[in-house]
Formats: sequence, C-alpha cells, structure tokens
Amino acid sequence: MAVNSAKLIEILNLIANDIHANKDFLTELDSAIGDADHGINMSKGFKAVTEKIAAMGDKDCGSILKTVGMTLVSTVGGASGPLYGTAFMRAGQAIGSKTELGFEDLLVTLEAALEGIKMRGKAVKGEKTIVDALEPAVEALKSSPTIDINLMEEAVKAAEAGVEYTKGIIAKKGRASYLGERSIGHQDPGATSCHIMLTAILKGIKDS
Amino acid sequence: MKKIINSPEEVVQEMLEGMAAAYPQYVRKLEGFEVMVRADAPVKGKVALVSGGGSGHEPSHAGFVGKGMLDAGVAGAVFTSPTPDQVFEAIKAVDGGAGVLLIIKNYTGDIMNFEMAGEMAEAEGIKVASVVVNDDVAVEDSLYTTGRRGIAGTVFVHKIAGAKAEAGGTLEEVKAVAEKVIANTRSMGMALTPCIVPAAGKPTFTLGEDEMEIGMGIHGEPGTKRTHIMKADELVDHLMEKIVNDLPYESGDEVAVMINGLGATPLMEQFIMNRRVSQILNEKGIKVYRTFVGEFMTSIEMAGASITLLKLDDELKELLDAQADTPAFRQL
Repeated sequence: MAVNSAKLIEILNLIANDIHANKDFLTELDSAIGDADHGINMSKGFKAVTEKIAAMGDKDCGSILKTVGMTLVSTVGGASGPLYGTAFMRAGQAIGSKTELGFEDLLVTLEAALEGIKMRGKAVKGEKTIVDALEPAVEALKSSPTIDINLMEEAVKAAEAGVEYTKGIIAKKGRASYLGERSIGHQDPGATSCHIMLTAILKGIKDS
Repeated sequence: MKKIINSPEEVVQEMLEGMAAAYPQYVRKLEGFEVMVRADAPVKGKVALVSGGGSGHEPSHAGFVGKGMLDAGVAGAVFTSPTPDQVFEAIKAVDGGAGVLLIIKNYTGDIMNFEMAGEMAEAEGIKVASVVVNDDVAVEDSLYTTGRRGIAGTVFVHKIAGAKAEAGGTLEEVKAVAEKVIANTRSMGMALTPCIVPAAGKPTFTLGEDEMEIGMGIHGEPGTKRTHIMKADELVDHLMEKIVNDLPYESGDEVAVMINGLGATPLMEQFIMNRRVSQILNEKGIKVYRTFVGEFMTSIEMAGASITLLKLDDELKELLDAQADTPAFRQL
C-alpha cells in the first residue's frame, strides 16, 4: 500500500460517496433511538469535506486529514461533528507531514482516531457508540506484527461484527441513553457510519 | 406547517438580524456568525459569560445578553448544538481578560461542542471554565444515562452568575456561584401539543386531543408519562411532588419560583399554575422570595409549561436581586 496525498483525497471522496449513499439509512437508524439527523448531518459534512480537499493534492497527508476534521467539526454539528472531527484531526496529527502512507500508518491513524473519539465522547466499548465498531477494527490491525490488505479485511469484518453487537446492548451515551432498555434491538447509527467509512477505506486501498 | 418564515434554512440567521435591529442598545450580531454579544463587548476586566445551544428556545439564550447576565449567546440550528467554531468566536469576542465561563445545558452534543471551543480558546491563551446545567427531574439521573437535561433553570444560572461577574467576581468565584445555583435548582415540565421544527415541516411527536405528556423535554423528548388531560391544580401537584421531593425543598427554605411557558401557553394559564404552586409551597412552609412568570426557555410553539424552584441563601438572594438589563430580562 502506498497512499500519497492525491490517493488519500480519492479515498476520502469514496467515504463521502458512501456516506451520501447511506444518508437515508443512517437517518432512519437514528430516528429509532436518537434525533433523526445522523445521515443528514454526516452527508452535509462530507459534502463540505469534498469541496475543501479538492485542491489539496499538493499538501501533506496530515494537513489533509486535519482539514477534514476541522470541516466536519464546523459543519456536522450535534455530537457526531465533534466526535468524527476530533477523530480526523487526531489522525492528521499522528502522521504529521508525511506525503505517503503505508499499512503501518493506517494503524497509526485509526488508533489516534479511536483515542480521540474515546476522549471526546468519554466512551468505552459496550456503550452503543462508534467505539463499538472502531475499537474491534483497531484491535484486529494490532493482532499481527505485519499489516496487509488481508488484515485490513479482517478489521472491517470486526467493525461489522461490532455494529451487530450494538443491536443487543443498552445505549449509555447520547440521547439514546434516555431510552434505556428500549434501545435494545436497534443498531447504533454511529457504529454504522464508522463501519461504512472503514469499508470505503478498504475499497480505496484495494484499488491502489 | 404554518409559520411566519421566509425559508427554513434562514430562520436562525434572520431571527438574529431582527433581534439585533430591535435591541441595538443591548446586543450586536457578530458578522458571519450566529452569535449575539453585548453591545459593549468585551467588557474589560469582567469575567465573561457565554451560553447557547440549539435555537427554538427564545428568548434563550441571546435574549439574556446584556448587563448583569450573559456576554454572548450562541445560536445553533433549531434544536441542534452550535458548532465549536461559533462558540470559539463568541469566546474571543467577549473575553475581557478575566476569563470566560461557559454555561452549558446537559446534552451530549452541547457539551462536546462547547468543550472543543473551550480547548481552542485555551490554546489561544484565554482562561475558560464551564458549568453544566441539569435541572430536569423528569429524567432519572444514573450512571447509565447521559444524566438529567438542562431546561429553564438555566436562566437562573445566567442571572446569578451574571450578577456575580458584574460585581467583579473572579472566574473561580463566578463558576462556584453558578455551581451553587445548579445544585439548588430543580425543574420539570409538561406539554399539551407538539412543536414543528421548521426544517422538518411536521410535528416532532403527536399527542391526542385529550392527552398531555408529563416530563416532556424542551426538544419534545419523551417524558415520564402520557396521561389524560388533567385540571391545572392536579397537574401542578404532579410536577411539584417530583420537584419538591427531589432536592428536597423543606419547611423553612426560601425559594425563587419560575413558571416558564413553552411558547403557546398564555400567561393566563401560567398564572393559574403559579396560583397552585404558591399554595403548595405555603402549605409546606417554604417561603417564596421571588416569582418569575413568563417565557424564558420555550420550545418553538409547543403548548405547555415548566416549573422551576431555586433554593436561596443570602448570597443567592443578593445576586438574584441585582440589576440586570437585557432584551428579555429587565430588573432595574
């Protein structure tokens, strides 16, 4: 895997496309246990991201990811804006001024993103949040000394299992937490959007 | 949807422009941002108070910007937290060198967005502290939820912390008195009709012609129970039982009372509610120091109201009595 700045922008656009394609699905999931705006807000945010990064092909990867984070923070709103915004900003900080990323950097960015989300949301695994999809993915990437495309496939599968897992647990964060046991049976919209992003990243890496 | 608007996308922006045009002696709008600041901001040497949240709760929060209360009110989209960049601009515009207190209502999005703004401000060398208001007793407070919501009691925090800041209190002192207010404030509301978020165009929930919801949140979040419509006294009894027993407020206490209309409930009904509130407090030997009746934190055009009690001591009484001069709260 060799992802330069232009390729990174391509991958981010893949994420944007998949978020747009799942806009109604994410909003529908959110209407069951939240305030019915996750797909709408994420789609709005990634539309702004695509515009912002279009001309950043000559910038380093860290700057691009930080720009994504800042853009999400200022356009998504709600809780998802600060959470995903922090994730991308931390990922950008973690890789700094690199202009080409390898598989090890993939782990570095996702781990930084996970730490950022846990810090911002004061969340741990098992609370029906983004963490339930992202943490298993990061753990999968850490499970072998060498990271390759197969391990990334495993990581995405782990995230998918994490989304499934959120169906059976009670929400302990955000608006869904007010529902208590009534939140059981619904998959978490945040974990779902996280899985969608990881899937898009895998797709982008495979093409490179 | 029948509303006096031009377009759902522009409601917040246009509301703030109208407000700035109405009250230039009190507030001005920050160009390019959904932020209202005191006309004379920044006030040099004074701790600045910044609050805000989703729009739709007018006059909260921009209506309380002015002498003796807030320095800035940040207005997010309807029922959506403002983003950190907006809050950050507010902080920068009102910082007078003595630090800034953020008054946040307890909603996950609000807390994260205000916290990020606070971190951005601290990175620029501005001293920032924050308090989180969680006065709604309708929501059970437990380790397993996000905790109680912040509702109308927030306005008491604006008033008293604002008075402390105006009197020259340090950031630590202003924060301490804000926390004292939060610790002694309890509220609960109810709704008769839903409200319509302009961008959604339809009611956020439905209530039958003969139904009401006790404990309804200010964004239409579910309450504790849906019942047949009750008479005013019976309804107030329900709300007061939860509120009074929660702190609890006891015989010999002195309290401030706030009856808050949610947008479509006339003052006539609010006074009928207050009649029963004062009877109950009298029976319990709780002395009413001051009462505020009107619209302080609404939920667009929802019909309904909330009751708030604040237990007072000498310090809080003095600060509650202090001068305030803002578009929506004048006490001279």
